[in-house]
Amino acid sequence: MSETLTPLAADMVRQALAAGAHDAECTIAEGEEFSANIRMQEVESLKEAGSRGAALRVVIGQRSGSSYTSDLSPAGIAKMVASAVEMARFTTEDPHCGLPEPEELGALNQDLETFFDDVRQLDTEEKIARAKRAERAALDLDPRIANSEGASFDSHLGAQAFANSRGFAGAYRTSYVSLVAIPLAVEGEHRERDYWFTMARSVARMKAPEEIGRIAAQRALRRLGARKVATRRAPVVFEPRTARALLGAILEAVNGEAIYRHASFLAGKLGERIASPALTVIDDGTIPGLFGSAPFDDEGVPTRRSVVIENGVLKNYLLNTYTARKLGMKTTGNASRGYGGNTGIGPHNFFIAAGDRTPEQILRGIADGFYVTELMGFGTNIVTGDYSQGAAGLWIRGGELAFPVSEVTIAGNLNQMFQDIVAIGSDLEFLSSSAAPTLAIGEMTVAGH
Amino acid sequence: MLRWQRMTFPDSIFATRFGISGRDLERYLGEALSRGGDYADLYFEYLATSMVSLDESIVKTASQGVSMGVGVRVIAGERTGYAYSDDLSPERILHAARVAACIAEGPAKVDKFGLQTGPKRNLYPVVAPSTEAEFAAKVDLTQRADRAARAYDPRVFQVQAVFADSLREILIATSDGVVNSDRQPMARLSVRALAREADGAPQTGFSGGGGRVELSFFLDEKTPEYFAREAARQAIVQLDAVEAPAGEMTVVLGPGWPGILLHEAVGHGLEADFNRKGTSAFTGRVGQRVASELCTVVDDGAIANRRGSLNLDDEGFPTQRNVLIEHGILRGYLQDKLSSRIMGAAQTGSGRRESYAHIPMPRMTNTFLLAGDSDPEEIIRGVPRGLYCVSFGGGQVDITNGNFVFSASESYLIEDGRITRPVRNATLIGNGPESLKYVSAVGHDLKLDEGIGTCGKEGQSVPVGVGMPTIRIDRMTVGGTH
Repeated sequence: MSETLTPLAADMVRQALAAGAHDAECTIAEGEEFSANIRMQEVESLKEAGSRGAALRVVIGQRSGSSYTSDLSPAGIAKMVASAVEMARFTTEDPHCGLPEPEELGALNQDLETFFDDVRQLDTEEKIARAKRAERAALDLDPRIANSEGASFDSHLGAQAFANSRGFAGAYRTSYVSLVAIPLAVEGEHRERDYWFTMARSVARMKAPEEIGRIAAQRALRRLGARKVATRRAPVVFEPRTARALLGAILEAVNGEAIYRHASFLAGKLGERIASPALTVIDDGTIPGLFGSAPFDDEGVPTRRSVVIENGVLKNYLLNTYTARKLGMKTTGNASRGYGGNTGIGPHNFFIAAGDRTPEQILRGIADGFYVTELMGFGTNIVTGDYSQGAAGLWIRGGELAFPVSEVTIAGNLNQMFQDIVAIGSDLEFLSSSAAPTLAIGEMTVAGH
Repeated sequence: MLRWQRMTFPDSIFATRFGISGRDLERYLGEALSRGGDYADLYFEYLATSMVSLDESIVKTASQGVSMGVGVRVIAGERTGYAYSDDLSPERILHAARVAACIAEGPAKVDKFGLQTGPKRNLYPVVAPSTEAEFAAKVDLTQRADRAARAYDPRVFQVQAVFADSLREILIATSDGVVNSDRQPMARLSVRALAREADGAPQTGFSGGGGRVELSFFLDEKTPEYFAREAARQAIVQLDAVEAPAGEMTVVLGPGWPGILLHEAVGHGLEADFNRKGTSAFTGRVGQRVASELCTVVDDGAIANRRGSLNLDDEGFPTQRNVLIEHGILRGYLQDKLSSRIMGAAQTGSGRRESYAHIPMPRMTNTFLLAGDSDPEEIIRGVPRGLYCVSFGGGQVDITNGNFVFSASESYLIEDGRITRPVRNATLIGNGPESLKYVSAVGHDLKLDEGIGTCGKEGQSVPVGVGMPTIRIDRMTVGGTH
């Protein structure tokens, strides 16, 4: 399908130039989605559809305008082109708003394994069967798994084309499949829910449904009987799933837009030691088979590997062309755009490099601390680094997980927390495009009763 | 003020521009039930949006867009089949109907639906849609916001202002024989300000609002200056903030947006889908005490011009005021079509969806706590030591165990009955069926929020409103560092 999209995108660019644009760039995306939800072993819903849309950005002099449409008829495209050109009348002149330089454009040549045909070939019955198997495994594990929010099997086939007026035209296809199970553990008055999932570009690379169901059930069961703890200072260990949320804060803080606005606690700290030497953070769009891999970014710039934090030292921000020019730097190939507005910034495969200690070794060193398995809320302030989140997990006593904890908060400031990283685990695994191993912080405030 | 206005299907864009007739709708519904489903509906959507954003006093983005499509749903027992198309040609719609139909396995049941349009009220008449207004006027709003935020205090050094609006035209036809259309405007202006002392660390403030309103709302009622000064004020206040306290304490919540407490603590847990499945902390608690008797909580989708309001929910059922908690006693759930069928309960006008590409589910509209009779100042004077929270970033809930959080972006220490120092951001955590039992005072100053909220559930975002008077909660865990 992507073969027809590239000429279509290039044609929209030509139409924009004919309508008066000096430069133009166009993205077209199309996709087919399928979703099967089952609950208590019965099909609850099936959803299937395909859609496509195009987005256009034009530059006229030093002004830019944007538009999008899901109507790819000739009339719909003409309207989108006229709209983008008209929009450029209303923006302010901005010397940095242009397209990337021709020499910056390009696409990686190697096979990044973003598309597998087995996703297209998998039939509906098999998808439903896998969802049922995952839920069955959860329900069979323990009589206390007495209810379920069900299990879902999702698949997606997509194609994305990009063309601009500086000679770039390219496209690539993507596929993914995912399976998630959400069982409930019930014991007396206590009800707890958790989930586990597998997601891959290829059906062949998915984990077994039984493994997903079993892990989800184990996670729900170990939360039963959770209690609050007394307010105190304590070591905090983030399991990979919650460490990933901390990584999300780093991602926001190194976003070029936040940097040039001084809206990040990491602004102006390039070259400084902003974290413990144990911390290395990398963005890499070139790793075959992973979800964040792509031959080029949303401005037609090849993806690459960028070391963001190296042994605690801030080495790179994540930039697109606009933010790079604002900061007097070069784009890092992290342009990302949805349908509306200007080009933003997004990661590719963004991860914390694995350390050398197993999670068990990390726990063993902690006499009294909090192992966080769930975070809740919006209490991360990227401008100041202030951090305060709802949390649940297990209390660590004598190096072992002792009892479940919930309805507490953990708080600190990211500047101090990153300096206070005392251990990073060896358990790095890519369940999605961002990944982190187990991560331990020396001390944070845990608020309870 | 409610205004009633007749608006029939022939006025809809789907009739005038896409030539869709009542006969077409009958045919599509017939195809959807061709395998014997119990119920089918069609949701046509045409969404026009525009957006302007300003940053560093420069208008950096001006954007417009259009998306459209139709979603076809078939219900068979407890099963749902769903398909959609972004192409409104008869072949594609029929194809979507056939795909959705496959959820059922049997012979066709009906082929005539006798579609009728009904009289309607209009909570947000579209006279001069914001999306069609002169674009320069929207640009001017962001520039006025920029100037006002910078003029508020010389310590303000960065301002971002965004104006975004949309007009959603919908047409819903159901196999129950109802066909309804609606034009749903939405507009929002938001301002973010950053402030710092000379060479000090920056602090941030955010404000915004709007609703199902036209551009004139921002000229006559809530001006760019109003939102800009508020964003700047918050950022300046934070420059003096001290560490937030940690642990259980008395919390006083100010009026308006802190009503997010109700959205998280009780609202989500009362959505019927979770209760039908027995996965909510509120399951089986109708008739039981879940809050102090001072608390009456309603969800009302029928308030004129509010962000969370709808003439009809996204299944074509009129919205209404639903009492969730009455004097502390749990009264009922928020129902959509599917849950009400399965539970044998009445629909409550709470079936909502993000777009034609999404399956409807029970959702909130405007959720708020009714006014009590306490004087807000008296409430604060009665607290020896506690926290006074006036603005929040957002909240989240685990509906199964009932634990919820909401993150305060502007709050102050209360010492000996007086508001003293501002404190840094802190997340508050509680448990839904328990926390509201500790509400010991409810003010007479009920206020709805400015119209900024978006609620996410299972990957679908919908606009909502919240509201609350000043309230005192005797016990809540505050997640500070001190």
